[in-house]
Amino acid sequence: MDLIRLKNVEKKYKNGVTAIYDLNLAIEKGSFTFVIGGSGSGKSTLIKMLYREEKPTKGQIIVGGLDVAKLRNTKVYKLRRKLGIVFQDYRLLPKLTVYENVAFAMEVIGATKEVTRKNVLRALEEVGLKNKVHNYPDQLSGGEQQRVAIARAIVNNPKLLLCDEPTGNLDPERSMEIMKVLDNINKTRGTTIIMATHDKEIVNTMKKQVVTLKDGHLVNFKKKGTYVDENI
Amino acid sequence: MRIFRMLGRSIRDAFKSVIRNFSLSLASISCITITLIIVAIAIMASFNVQNFTQEIERDLTIVIFLNNDVTEEDINNVENEIRQIPNVDKSSIRFESKQDVKEEMQKESEVFNTVLDEWDDSESPLKDTFQVKVKNVNQISNTANRIEKITKVNAVRYGEGMVDKMISAFSSVEKVTYGVVIALVIVTVFLIINTIKLTISARRREIGIMRLVGASNFTIKTPFIVEGMILGLLGSIIPVIFTTYGYLAFYNHFDGYLFTQLIQLIKPEPFIYSTAGIVVIIGILVGMVGSAGAVRKYLKI
Repeated sequence: MDLIRLKNVEKKYKNGVTAIYDLNLAIEKGSFTFVIGGSGSGKSTLIKMLYREEKPTKGQIIVGGLDVAKLRNTKVYKLRRKLGIVFQDYRLLPKLTVYENVAFAMEVIGATKEVTRKNVLRALEEVGLKNKVHNYPDQLSGGEQQRVAIARAIVNNPKLLLCDEPTGNLDPERSMEIMKVLDNINKTRGTTIIMATHDKEIVNTMKKQVVTLKDGHLVNFKKKGTYVDENI
Repeated sequence: MRIFRMLGRSIRDAFKSVIRNFSLSLASISCITITLIIVAIAIMASFNVQNFTQEIERDLTIVIFLNNDVTEEDINNVENEIRQIPNVDKSSIRFESKQDVKEEMQKESEVFNTVLDEWDDSESPLKDTFQVKVKNVNQISNTANRIEKITKVNAVRYGEGMVDKMISAFSSVEKVTYGVVIALVIVTVFLIINTIKLTISARRREIGIMRLVGASNFTIKTPFIVEGMILGLLGSIIPVIFTTYGYLAFYNHFDGYLFTQLIQLIKPEPFIYSTAGIVVIIGILVGMVGSAGAVRKYLKI
């Protein structure tokens, strides 16, 4: 079954730049997909449209049964509760501890203390940070901070995890650690993962399905794909 | 259950924010305090003015003196004609014959008693009179003029002059106070909008993350609106004390009358309590409206 379906999606920004041209795509539930392409290829725009930070100018986007393009501003939270998002710059709150940062995602949707505690500890265990719950973000390394961000993204048990260049700020070793964590989440929780990246190494090692974008056009969609330079 | 948890969180966050940005909160609170004190004075003044103008208006009577030679029939005619004037309060028309007036005056004083006894009906300076009240006091002079034109009416008197001037003076005082109150409330709302905007800007990152992890707009907005309400509530403490004790002291100092017996002040109880209530409600509303405006402008959600 498809979790995400895009039909004739076009995105033109107000400054006249077209980031995505007529994109058709279906992504299966439980899959792990890389979105690759050079800068300006439309990877980030695609991810942003999936969590409704940007609206498509044309076409239809269905995520988990919700028609994202038609979603009213006041209803966006319904979509956001179905998915977790991880960014390149972690986006943690500096004044909260690791535990509080992850719990924050549950508190704002009104979960009880007990459920919050259980889910937060489980998520932190999955990313391997159970011994750092009381630390503050600035006491952690970049890789650890990103793992906190991943824990925050999965703590509400989303069906979909969107990652926008999650390894962009990390060295290859830390990047592989992050990839292991993500792969593990994909396998144990069955969470569908879509990850935008331009890291050749990662794509070639992981052997997942790959969506290749070039100047806003879909040029390739392969199972067990690799990062092929001439496509970009 | 969920809604109570969220509200609890909102209130906790709002208090945190008030304390964290204490200097800024203090600026808003003092502005609300000053505004509310002036609002309270204006409310008390305008209620008193209203009370006392109504009191005077209720007593305002047109006295119509008839010619000396009127017959029974003439009197009926005059009464009918008065009845036809729309502004006349028909139920208030009261006729007093020379005889009634005379008896009344005799009762009042010994001197009148002996003097009046020496006149017989034909040479008496007293006249038959009608006393009427009007529905709309502002048109009292028009009505008096119309009555004066009725045949057999000798003269018309009402409290023209001083009473007129007093009522118009007080009503313009009332209008000015309303204007001042509205202007001050608007200024305060803007000040609160700016205060809340600053606290929002300090928490922009947090709000961005809240939106990303699926907090509803209600969840994001409520803490700020509660914060505005808290500022309003804290700002109304001093005005409430000022209203209750200030008015009580004022009332006791003047013994319930201002300058003359004519101007009677409203009794402090329950007046001060209702005024204090109004002041608190205005404070909270101003805080709420201000913060709601700030959140809407700033978050565009």
